[in-house]
Amino acid sequence: MAMKGSIMLDHGAGGKASAELVGGLFAKHLGNEVLGQMDDAAVLSPPPGRLAVSTDSFVVDPIFFPGGNIGSLAVHGTVNDVAMRGATPLYLTVGFVLEEGLAISDLERVVASMAEAAKEAGVMVVAGDTKVVGRGQADKLFINTTGIGVIPDGLEIGASQAIPGDAVLVSGTVGDHGVTIMASREGLGLDAPIASDSASLNHLAAGLIAACPGLRTLRDPTRGGLATALNEIAATSGVSIELDEAAIPIDPAVAGVCELLGLDPLYLANEGKLICIVEAEQAPAALAAMRADAHGKGAAIIGHCGGERAGRVWINTSVGGRRILDMLSGEPLPRIC
Amino acid sequence: MKHVDEYRDPAMAKELAAQIRRASKTPVRFMELCGTHTMALARHGLHTMLPPTVAMVSGPGCPVCVTATEEIDRAVKLAQTPGVVVATFGDLVRVPGSHGSLAAQRAAGAAVEVVYSPLDAVALAERRSGEQVVFLGIGFETTAPTVAAALLTAEKQGLTNFSVLSAHKLLPPALAALLAGPDLGLGGFLCPGHVTTVIGTACYQPVAHERGLPCVVAGFEPTDVLASILMLVNQVEQGRSEVEIQYKRAVHAQGNPAAMALMNQVFEPVDAPWRGLGHIPASGLALREAYAHLDAARRFDVDVPPAKDHPGCRCGDVLRGLIPPPECKLFAGVCTPSSPLGPCMVSAEGTCAAWHRYRRDE
Ligand code: SF4
Repeated sequence: MAMKGSIMLDHGAGGKASAELVGGLFAKHLGNEVLGQMDDAAVLSPPPGRLAVSTDSFVVDPIFFPGGNIGSLAVHGTVNDVAMRGATPLYLTVGFVLEEGLAISDLERVVASMAEAAKEAGVMVVAGDTKVVGRGQADKLFINTTGIGVIPDGLEIGASQAIPGDAVLVSGTVGDHGVTIMASREGLGLDAPIASDSASLNHLAAGLIAACPGLRTLRDPTRGGLATALNEIAATSGVSIELDEAAIPIDPAVAGVCELLGLDPLYLANEGKLICIVEAEQAPAALAAMRADAHGKGAAIIGHCGGERAGRVWINTSVGGRRILDMLSGEPLPRIC
Repeated sequence: MKHVDEYRDPAMAKELAAQIRRASKTPVRFMELCGTHTMALARHGLHTMLPPTVAMVSGPGCPVCVTATEEIDRAVKLAQTPGVVVATFGDLVRVPGSHGSLAAQRAAGAAVEVVYSPLDAVALAERRSGEQVVFLGIGFETTAPTVAAALLTAEKQGLTNFSVLSAHKLLPPALAALLAGPDLGLGGFLCPGHVTTVIGTACYQPVAHERGLPCVVAGFEPTDVLASILMLVNQVEQGRSEVEIQYKRAVHAQGNPAAMALMNQVFEPVDAPWRGLGHIPASGLALREAYAHLDAARRFDVDVPPAKDHPGCRCGDVLRGLIPPPECKLFAGVCTPSSPLGPCMVSAEGTCAAWHRYRRDE
C-alpha cells in the first residue's frame, strides 16, 4: 500500500519514522540483496577491467515533467555519463535530500521511476542515503547519484580521441529535454506535443561499440546542448568540426516552441541523446547500429572533423551560409537537470 | 511553424543569392540600420552568400548599444537610492556605466529587476507598494508606444510608486546625423522592418531622393534579407534611388498612426545623448508636462558627473559603421560576451556580439 502524508524532519532523524520510510518505500522499490544487507558499506566484486565512476546531482525544477521526472533523470544521467566512456554501468548509489513537507506520494512516484529506470538500464542500486531539511532549505527534493561501470581492456573512447576526417553523428532530435523543462516552467506550450528525451543510452552505446571498432568519442550533450558538447570535443581533441545545419534532427514541435521562447535548440540540454564520432568509413555502420536501438531511431550523420583551426566548430546554415557555432556563453542556466 | 519555414526556404535563399551575384557589377556598401538585421545576417551566415562586390556594414540600430553611458549612470544612481527598485530589459543590466553596470549593483544588494515588458514593471509596482519602481525605458519607436501604454495604465490605476526614466531614441534624427557625419561611402540602406511598421517610410524619402541613396525596408527572415539586398543591388545597377518595401506583410508606407499618436501623447522630442554619435537634437523622448508626475527624472535626483567610457572601447566607431569589430584592439581578447567592456558586446543584437559569436575569425 502506498504511504500517505508528508515528509517531516523525523523522517531523516534515524529513528522509527526513518526506518518506516526506508522499509516501506525505498526497500519496496529499490531493494536487492546488496542493499538488503543494511550494513555501513556495500561490498562488491566487480568483473575484470578498469572502473569508470561518475557522480551527478539533480535539482531539476519542476520535478515532474512530460517524459520523466527527477528520479528517472537521476538514473539516466549518471548511467549515460558512465556509458560515454565505453563502460558497462553496473552499480548506482543514490542520495536524497528531501524538503520537509514533500508529499510522500510524490516521493514514491519518483523512487518507483528510479527503480524502473535502473531495471531497464541493468544497474543495481547498491547504497543509498536520505536526509531531510527544513522547509525552504531545499526545493522539494534533490537527488545525487554515483554510477560505477567497467571498461573492457583495450577500449579507448573519450572526448580527446577525434581526428581530422572522422564523421560526426547524433542519435536523434536535439533540444527536447531543455525545451520541455523551459516550457513547463514558463507555463507555455504545454499543449505542444513535446516531451523530455530522458533515457538510458548504455544499450545503444554497447551496440555502437560492438559495431564500430573505429569508434573514437561518445558524448551525451546535456547542459549547453549539442553546440557546447561539440566545442568541448573540438577543443579536447584538437580538431575543427564542420556541421551541416539541415542534417541536424530537430522535432518540428520543439522547433516551434523554441521559436516562441526565443531559444536555440542547439544549445538546449538533451538527456537521451549521444554524439558519436567515428572513423569516416564506419559512419554507415554506426548509423545502422544506432537506428537499430529504440533510442537511436532518429540518428543522423551531421558533419565531420577537420584539421584547420583546432577547437573551432563551423556550421553550414540551411539557407546556404556559413558561420561559427560557439559555446554557450553568458546566460545563467536555470535548473534543467 | 509553416509561417517561418516559408521565409527560410533553402532553395529560395540560394536562388536569391544567385540573383544577387548575377545582378551585382558595381562594388557597393549597404548599411543595415537595425541590430536584428545584423544578427540575422551573421546567424544565418548570409554575408558569406554575397558576392565580393556587396558589403554589409552595421549601423546605430541596436537600442541597448546606443544607450549613452550617462543614461546608465543615472539608472545606477537610482538603483543606489534606498527604497527604489529599477526595472528594465535583460540586456541592459549588463551594460557597463562609468562605475559598473546595473548587474554589479544588483550583486552588491541593490534592487534591480529584469522585466520582459513595460507592463511587467507596472505589475511589479503593484506588488511592491512600499517601494518606488522606476522603469528604465530604452528602445526606438517600436518600444516607446508600449511604454506610453504602460504609463497610462499605471496612471489609470492611480499607482503613486511607478515612474519611467526615459532613454528612448528616435530613428530619423540619428539617420540624418549619420548622413551629416563623415562620408561612409554607402550605396544604400537596409531599413528596419519593425521601426518602420510604426513610423512609416516618410523619413527615408529625403535619403533616397535628395541624397540619392536607395532604401529598402526589410523583414528579418533569411529570404527577406536576401530579397531586400537584391532590391538594393537592382536599384544601384539600374541607377535608381527609391524607397521600396520588401517587408510588405507588416509595413505600410504611412506606418501605424495609432501607435505614433500614443507615443506623442505621452512623450515629446528632446535633445539626447547617443553612444558614439554624441548629442543629437530632438532625437530622444522625454515625458510631457502633463505626465511630469510619472517622470523619474523629475521625481528623483538623477544628476550624475560627466560619464567615463572605457578608454579603448570603440563602440562609437562600430555604431557609425566606421570600423568592423575586429579592428577594436580589445575585441575577443579582452572584451567578450561573458566580460563585455562596451554595450556592443553586451546586447544580443550588438555588432561586436554578433561578430564574436558568429564571425570571430574573419
Ligand atoms: S569589442 Fe568591446 S571594447 Fe571593442 S568596440 Fe566592441 S564592445 Fe567596445
